[in-house]
Amino acid sequence: MREQSLRENLMKAVFLTSALISILTVALICLFLFANGIPAMGKIGFFRFLLGREWSPSDLPPAFGILPMMLGSLYVTAGSILIGVPIGIFTAVFLAKVCPKPLYRVLKPAVDLLAGIPSVVYGFFGLVTIVPMVRRMFGGNGSSILAASLLLGLMILPTIIGITESAIRAVPGELYDGAVALGASHERAVFRVLLPAAKSGILAAVVLGIGRAIGETMAVIMVAGNQARMPEGILKGVRTLTANIVLEMGYAAELHREALIATGVVLFVFILLINLLFSALRKEGRS
Amino acid sequence: MKQKITDTLLQVATWLAAALTFGALFFLIAYILARGIPHIRPSLFALHYNTQNVSLLPALITTVLTVVLSLAVAVPLGLFTAIYLVEYAKRGNCLVALVRMTAETLSGIPSIVYGLFGMLFFVTWLGWGFSILAGTFTLAIMILPLILRTAEESLKAVPDAYREGAFGLGAGRLRTVFRIVLPAAAPGILAGVILAVGRIVGETAALIYTAGTVAQIPESLMASGRTLSVHMYALSSEGLYTGQAYATAVVLLVLVAGINTLSAALAKKIGEG
Repeated sequence: MREQSLRENLMKAVFLTSALISILTVALICLFLFANGIPAMGKIGFFRFLLGREWSPSDLPPAFGILPMMLGSLYVTAGSILIGVPIGIFTAVFLAKVCPKPLYRVLKPAVDLLAGIPSVVYGFFGLVTIVPMVRRMFGGNGSSILAASLLLGLMILPTIIGITESAIRAVPGELYDGAVALGASHERAVFRVLLPAAKSGILAAVVLGIGRAIGETMAVIMVAGNQARMPEGILKGVRTLTANIVLEMGYAAELHREALIATGVVLFVFILLINLLFSALRKEGRS
Repeated sequence: MKQKITDTLLQVATWLAAALTFGALFFLIAYILARGIPHIRPSLFALHYNTQNVSLLPALITTVLTVVLSLAVAVPLGLFTAIYLVEYAKRGNCLVALVRMTAETLSGIPSIVYGLFGMLFFVTWLGWGFSILAGTFTLAIMILPLILRTAEESLKAVPDAYREGAFGLGAGRLRTVFRIVLPAAAPGILAGVILAVGRIVGETAALIYTAGTVAQIPESLMASGRTLSVHMYALSSEGLYTGQAYATAVVLLVLVAGINTLSAALAKKIGEG
C-alpha cells in the first residue's frame, strides 16, 4: 500500500513537471529571441530598423532597414489572401453543401493531402510551373510577388477550406430549412443565411491563413526572387521577412546576425498578434 | 429573374472553385510523378552520397532518425502534460489556463522562428553545434502543441464512467490512467502523433540552422545531417540536379500520402469505436 502511494505521488510529480516544461519552452523561446534581437534594434535605432528603406548589411556603413521585407511579407500575404480566400470559401461551400457523398469521400482526403505536402515540394512545383508561366504571360523573369501570391494562395487553401467547412457545418440546420421554407433558393439560403451565420468561423479561417502565409519560408524563397529592395510592382521580385532570415543567416556575423534575429522578433510579434486575433474570433464564434 | 442569374452565377462559382482547388492538387501530383518517376534509379539509393549518384538514402535515413528521436522527446512530454491537465489538475487550476495559452502560442509560430530559437539555444548557447540532436529538440518543441492538443482532446473524450468504474473497483488514479483511460484514448493520441510525423517529414526551415545540411548519414547525434526535405531544398537551390530533385519530391509525396492514409484510417477507427 505504501509503495503504491509513493508511486502515485512520483508519477504525479512527473506529470506536473512535464506541464511545467511545456510552459518553460515558450518562456525560453521568448527570452532567447528577445534577448538576442532587442539589443540590435537598440544599436541600429528602433525606427531606423523598422522604417529604414535600405537593407545593405555589407556596405560601409551598413544599413539595416527591414521596411522592404515587411512590405514584401505584407504584399505577398495580401496577394495570397486575395487568391486563396474566395476559392477556399467557395470550395468549402462545395464540400459542405453541394458535393455528393461518394465524391466527398475522395475529396476530403485530398484536402488533407493538400495540407500535408511539404513546403519545399510546393516551392519546387512553383519554381518549375508558376514562375515560367508568369514569365511567359507577363514578361520579366517570373520570380515575383505574383508568383509567390499564387503559390501561397494554393498553400493556404487547406487551412481556409478546413475551418470554413466546419464553421458552415456547425450552423444549425433549422436556419437553412427556415430560409428554404420562406421561399429562398438553395444558393440564396447558403450564401445569405448560412455563410453570415458562420461569419466568425470564416474570419478565423482567414486570420489563420494570414498567419500561415506570413510564416511560410521555403516555398516563398524559391519563387519570390528575394531582392532586398522596396517592392516595385507585382511582377517584380520581393523578399519577405522569413526569406531574409534564411538567406543570410548562413554567413551573417555580429550586428548583421543580430539584425536577422531582430527580424525574427518582428515576425514573432506579428504572429503573436495574429494568434490573439484568432483566439478572440474563435471565442466569439463559440458564444 | 435577377435572383435566378445570381443563383446560377454562385453555383458556377462554387463548382469552379472546387475544380480549381482539386485540379491544382491533381496537376501538382501528376506533374511531379510524371517528371520524377523516370529519375528514380537504384543509384539514388546508394548508401553514401556523392556528387555522381546524388543519393537520397542518407537523407531518408536521417529523416527516420529525426522522426524517431523527436517523437521520443515530444510524445512523453506532450502526453504527460495532457494527462496532468485532464486527469490531475483541479477545476480552475491556473496552470491549466497557462499551459493552454502556451500551446496556442506555440502552435502559430512559423517554423523559421523555431529554427532561430534552436540555433540560439541548442546550437550556440548549449554548444551542441549543428547536430541531429539540436534539430531533434527544435522539432520536438515544434510538434509539442500538436501532440499536447490531440492527446488532451482524446483523454477528454473518454467517458467519466470508465474512471468511476475503475475507482469503484479500487484502482488508484495512476492505475486508472494507464490501464483504463490511455488504452481508450490511444487511437486519437496516435492520430495526433502521425500528424506530427507528417510535419517533421515536411519541415525544412527549422532544420537548416539547427541540424545543418551535411548529406551523409550522421555518425553520431552530435553530427550534422539533412532530412529529405532539406535535401530537396539543397538540390533545387543548387540547380544542378533538377531530375534528382523531382525524384526526391516523388519520395516525399509518397511518404506524406502514406502518413495521411494511416492517420485517416485511425480517425475512422475512432469514429466507429
